[in-house]
Amino acid sequence: MSKKTILSGNHAAAYAVKLSRPDVISAYPITPQTPVIEKLSEFVENGELNARFIRVESEHSAMSAVLGAASVGARVYTATSSQGLLYMYEVCWWAAGARLPIVMGIITRAIAPPWSIWTDHNDILTLRDSGWIIMFAQDVQEVFDLTVQAFKIAEETSLPVAVGWDAFVVSHTVEPLEILSQEHVDRFLPKKKIGGHMLNFDDPFSLGNLTYPDDYMEFRYDIWKTQREALDIISNIYEEYSEISGRAYGGLLEDNMCDDADIILFMMGAASGDAIEAARLLREKGLKVGVCRLRVIRPFPAEEIAKKSERVKMIGVFDRDVSMGYSGVLATDIKSALKEYGVDVPVAEYIGGLGGRDLRVKDFLEIFEDMDKMARKGVKFSRKWIGLKEKYIGGVP
Amino acid sequence: MSGIFKTFPYQEYILKGNAACPGCGATLILRYVLKALGHRTILVIPACCTSVIAGPHPKTAFDVPVLHIAFAASAAAASGIAEAVEQIGMRDVNVVVWAGDGGTVDIGLQALSGAAERNHNMIYICYDNEAYMNTGIQRSGATPYGAWTTTTPTGNKNVKKDLPMIMRAHNIPYIATLNPAFPNDIYSKVKKAKEIRGFKYFHALSPCPPGWRYDSSLTVEIARIAVLTGMWILYEQEYGDFRLTGPSRNLLEKRKRKPVVEYLKLQGRFRHLNDEDIDRIQRLVDDKWEEIKELLESNKINKK
Repeated sequence: MSKKTILSGNHAAAYAVKLSRPDVISAYPITPQTPVIEKLSEFVENGELNARFIRVESEHSAMSAVLGAASVGARVYTATSSQGLLYMYEVCWWAAGARLPIVMGIITRAIAPPWSIWTDHNDILTLRDSGWIIMFAQDVQEVFDLTVQAFKIAEETSLPVAVGWDAFVVSHTVEPLEILSQEHVDRFLPKKKIGGHMLNFDDPFSLGNLTYPDDYMEFRYDIWKTQREALDIISNIYEEYSEISGRAYGGLLEDNMCDDADIILFMMGAASGDAIEAARLLREKGLKVGVCRLRVIRPFPAEEIAKKSERVKMIGVFDRDVSMGYSGVLATDIKSALKEYGVDVPVAEYIGGLGGRDLRVKDFLEIFEDMDKMARKGVKFSRKWIGLKEKYIGGVP
Repeated sequence: MSGIFKTFPYQEYILKGNAACPGCGATLILRYVLKALGHRTILVIPACCTSVIAGPHPKTAFDVPVLHIAFAASAAAASGIAEAVEQIGMRDVNVVVWAGDGGTVDIGLQALSGAAERNHNMIYICYDNEAYMNTGIQRSGATPYGAWTTTTPTGNKNVKKDLPMIMRAHNIPYIATLNPAFPNDIYSKVKKAKEIRGFKYFHALSPCPPGWRYDSSLTVEIARIAVLTGMWILYEQEYGDFRLTGPSRNLLEKRKRKPVVEYLKLQGRFRHLNDEDIDRIQRLVDDKWEEIKELLESNKINKK
């Protein structure tokens, strides 16, 4: 049976990994990821988890080691943050290109310099174009749920899957959650099938060898196609998991009061909780606002986003990240989705919460009120940084 | 010794039509290595000449499975394979990294050091052609003093990094050097390593006709003279027990070694050297042999 308990986000991930029965885990320590791998080491050493833990000398090697293990059919896991992710970045692309089902926890942390150990989302979003499936949790329970599902998604798509959650706000915050029983997880996630394009001696082939212009593009197309198909695969796996767990998040997007909303704010991560609270408060005052939380960034749920935006007066996008020289990363994709589906709706972009800058309900009250004002004035587009110190607030578009 | 050739298996694991240059020293070595290891061998190959020799998709030049991997990643990827095959119950698998000198002594050194220290059950072979040959003969940390490369057009001013000696500091169960002129030595060392559990490191001299500027018919001859001049020393170290092997056993005394110029004069990459440079190289070689002497002495003391 499922068990109610309290855990931090990082320990919730470790329990989810343990229940998923990986064969090989490899990781290199980085704050704030460390409790994940400490707990997993403990599970391996006390015999609760029958797996190999490779304590590598760098993140580049952590990703390489799980890649190697996956290439012969092992179920594998690693976790990292920020600089660690950037250090292993080359091998992340290799993992996707080699179509290996690797699951990685990314405890999002701002990128240096200047040094920061606190959350923002630029690190995980560097994977956006790589072929990795990218999912993002809001709270401790969802870290657990997405991590278990990630193994199944990875193995059904033959693609690596990253599960993100915010540094400290989720990683080190202890919350109540429900942990599935081993029987439940085993039924949901059967033993990994060995085969397909795993290295083997009956049909010795070269995995990843030189490919001329005659063939390379088809490899990329195959990944792209699987990513697009993964929208359905992920949705189906979510539903299957919901039946077992009794928890439904709404699939690729989590809809919070969006049905009749005049204004919708799109965003991802822990701060969504504050935005949802702000929306509730404003609804009490009669302002019809909603929050649409992105749970899957790749494949990008463009159609779902466009549908949510069809009948509203204005949408907002809150990015806890920025693409230097342009807008927030999510905003870029969301605007593109609107165009793709012919949705002509005013867009307000907000960039904030970088490097762990605190985000409160108050900030989202201001954002919604700002959008309401702009919607009434007929403003078609705006881009703003939220929470900047006053002397930095300028007139650059 | 001559009869030993008969024990080489007929089975070829390097297939016809592979893309190796004529006279490629590395491919010769790999041929003997795979004969010694057999078909239950997984090769992990980072960026290097052999990533091209392996042939383009969808073909493969090797009759064993190959994981191609990023330049710096081979030892770590092999770590993962070595642990995974045991965990998922694949039995009697040889996990082998086959990497060039750039991928070993330069960009791959960190991963190699980590994998060796963790003592995974795997074999790492560096085929050392003493420069980045695949990209067009650029200097690596394994390029010898004085050698011409495209990034050292007036000759390399640095001294070759002695990687096997760095590997000695990792306390791994087995280390050996290899040379394609001595296939029996290769075969018996690899056979031995196959039976040893833990991390095994090989460093193989791999003469390269286009990179070293010599005629492709001379590969074995140049490799042989490398040993006879003492430029390349054949040895093995098994659980700390260091010993010379092959012709190197008889070359401890300087008078028994040919002068290094015999080796240098055969190769265009050393053509520009003056007498002073040659003297310097001779001294470097003689000094290395003094180190070897000390090693053998301390080995004797340890044995007592």
